Amino acid sequence: MASIDTGGDGGGHKKGPGVKKAKKLSTKVDMTPMVDLGFLLITFFVFTATMSTPTTLDLNMPKDVDDPNKKTEVKQSGVLTIMLGKGDQVYYYEGQLEVSAEKNNFKQTTFKGIRDIIINKKKDVISRYNPATVDPVSCEKEKADAKKNGDPFWEKACEDIDFMVIIKPNEDATYKNTVDILDEMLICKVKRYAMVKVLEDEMKLIRATEQQNGIK
Amino acid sequence: MPSVKMPRKNTDTDMTPFVDIAFLILSFFIMATKFKPPEPVEITTPGSVQSQKLPENNAILVTIDSSDKVYFTVLSEKKKEIYDDIIKAINTSQNLGLSPAQMQKYRTTYMVGVPFAGVKQLLDTDTKAQESLKQPGIPVKDTLNNQLVWWIREAKAAFANAGEKLNYLIKGDGKAKYPAFEAVIAAFKKNDILKYNLVTSLDDVPSGSELDRANKAAKKTE
Repeated sequence: MASIDTGGDGGGHKKGPGVKKAKKLSTKVDMTPMVDLGFLLITFFVFTATMSTPTTLDLNMPKDVDDPNKKTEVKQSGVLTIMLGKGDQVYYYEGQLEVSAEKNNFKQTTFKGIRDIIINKKKDVISRYNPATVDPVSCEKEKADAKKNGDPFWEKACEDIDFMVIIKPNEDATYKNTVDILDEMLICKVKRYAMVKVLEDEMKLIRATEQQNGIK
Repeated sequence: MPSVKMPRKNTDTDMTPFVDIAFLILSFFIMATKFKPPEPVEITTPGSVQSQKLPENNAILVTIDSSDKVYFTVLSEKKKEIYDDIIKAINTSQNLGLSPAQMQKYRTTYMVGVPFAGVKQLLDTDTKAQESLKQPGIPVKDTLNNQLVWWIREAKAAFANAGEKLNYLIKGDGKAKYPAFEAVIAAFKKNDILKYNLVTSLDDVPSGSELDRANKAAKKTE
């Protein structure tokens, strides 16, 4: 450690007879207050630090078109309609809604269960994929887009071209539900999805199911 | 009896490494801390798996709180005159009759959450007092009187005049109901804005999911 030379006498006869020996001061500094302050600051910064930096989720909405000729057409067999309701409940049906005595495809699940349903539906659509029936131009475009986005499975991008998810949050759904389902689209890599208003018939079914299950 | 002398040990420990680490941690936290701007309303954003960073400059931020109130914020760090342009345009289009001093005040107003009738009063309030002020929210649910449309329109025009790129952020509380969000989207749509960023906090990608597999495959090929 560097020590401070406290000897003030001029050069020449150092430590000569009769010369007073300078008192050596200790160079050790008491570090305790500094450490105290250091830890105080650490605790302060730990508490104020905002570790979770916000991220963003992209959302693209289609332009409202009134012209029926310009509306996007989707194949009935590839559509999965998901409705979000009260109490974090999810309702869904595949294809066209059919509720009658023989057939009822209106089903209910939760956010935990919806992922499997999306995955299964996607698999189902892919298994029915037939290259002969698909427009090759849109198929090539699909592949090019996927390749541009760095998708490692871009060659298969066209297989789920008929797969479409329609999301219908009703007035009791929360914003969290909406973001969760959009997130689910990302997780399951659903390329085509749309957010649409709930129809009245569907709303009635949701209300009836809610009453049946006692969801308030 | 012969007494055994125990060697006396020094009780002083060398604190230096300990202090070193402490200050290392301290400097890390100083560097990593980014102070939050004061937010009058507390928002708990839902989580999402997308890890895209939030553009915090040159953006319009529409906040929806847990009781469905809607607030409007302009984020422009460099060009403060954009704030003046927006409030001037709002003043003329809505006949608010604001004084130049009140319009000047808009620069320091973090968020607007009042109907047009209340803008004057809001701008008269001291910047500090604005934080604790309970704002009723911009009326959006009435489709004929969706006032957010105007705010977005003027902000879009002001940013376009300044030649700045503009991002549209929507920051909603998880508990907010869907109709409020739908109304905000409707306001954006009326201004022909179809691309938005939803502010979320980061969640982990569920392992085994398709996105997870794609991410891993992408990493391997790199």
